[in-house]
Amino acid sequence: MPGSKEIRNKIKSVQNTRKITKAMEMVAASKMRKAQERMRAARPYGEKIRNVAAHISHANPEYNHPFLVHRDTVLKTGIILITTDKGLCGGLNTNIQRLALQKVKALEAEGDAIEVCCIGNKGLGFMQRLGANVVSQVTGLGDRPHMDKLVGAIKVMLDGYAEDRFDRIYIFYTKFINTMKQEPVMEQLLPLTGDRLGSPQGSWDYLYEPDAKTVLDQMLSRYVESIIYGAITENMASEQSARMVAMKAASDNAGSVIDELTLVYNKARQAAITKELSEIVSGAAAV
Amino acid sequence: MAHTIQVDVVSAEAEIFSGQAEFVILPGESGELGIYPRHAPLITRIKPGSVRIQKVGGEEELVFVAGGILEVQPGMVTVLADTAIRGHDLDEAKANEAIKQAEEARAKARDRAEVTTVENELAMLAAQLATIRKLRKHR
Repeated sequence: MPGSKEIRNKIKSVQNTRKITKAMEMVAASKMRKAQERMRAARPYGEKIRNVAAHISHANPEYNHPFLVHRDTVLKTGIILITTDKGLCGGLNTNIQRLALQKVKALEAEGDAIEVCCIGNKGLGFMQRLGANVVSQVTGLGDRPHMDKLVGAIKVMLDGYAEDRFDRIYIFYTKFINTMKQEPVMEQLLPLTGDRLGSPQGSWDYLYEPDAKTVLDQMLSRYVESIIYGAITENMASEQSARMVAMKAASDNAGSVIDELTLVYNKARQAAITKELSEIVSGAAAV
Repeated sequence: MAHTIQVDVVSAEAEIFSGQAEFVILPGESGELGIYPRHAPLITRIKPGSVRIQKVGGEEELVFVAGGILEVQPGMVTVLADTAIRGHDLDEAKANEAIKQAEEARAKARDRAEVTTVENELAMLAAQLATIRKLRKHR
């Protein structure tokens, strides 16, 4: 029976691969649920802070925070690219990187200088290969993103904006639509556009302690941080569901490969038996 | 309902507390604040410390916050809590660390890039050498 051992070995190895992908699929499914919860938990803070910030900026039109001022000439652009730390999640990172690359090319064609903040290992590697100017980075966030780890890298970008090192900041991340669908998106983070902050409900003025400017300053930087944090949680939910889908497809493919190989193996076995039988019969006939 | 206020303590990572209360004590930036229902609208920063919420029925709940912003409306108290101890100097230090990290990574990337160029040159030289040897043999 020529080659039957090789086929059997191959079947074994594909079966082992399927075991691994199946396990990864299940792990991703349970992590996805938690990531979605975290994504939802991050929302009320962002909404509340936005409401209050909208209210204060509405009540104090004379104070223009740099985050709210639209600049006419744009010479330098900051990019925050959010990707995953690990691979094996389908085309998630490739899609967001492609979107970022297109934007970077377009900006470079206009003569803009670009500085990048990378959150996640994959995007960092990509930007370094590209030779982009990476000014800050966060990697190894794990399953639960902590504000603590992000503060430094985000502050580098926000300070850059406040100090006129950038005139605009874009954020790239993968939006979670549902388990089957994730969408790479690009949003303008700074300056905050009007529809982002919205108009407040009702009109009254607060007592400020110590004063409106200080409070608004802190509020707006917290608000921007919460947008970035929200994008990261969204990206993580996308990552887990993309991984789950990719691993499910891999397990299914492994199953069909096993079926095919089993068929080939059985055919080879049958052919060997038939051959042996006909040899015996012809041997008996010759006697 | 006039004797209670809605209290929400939220942070960027999670909702910490939400419910009705009779009285709240918070560590304001310029001193302790006690807030009863129908307080005037107020916004202030708060220091790291504990928020004491006296719930309906006299039960008390303590929540630790690492600083943040307090918003008060007549029927509502919202604490936008920071998740970690934040301070200008601390943030600054973290930002500097982030910059240093990025620079190190860039240096490493450059090293890697240099290594690949040197490797490529070496491979080219080796190929040239091999060709020369072959030519010599043929002679």
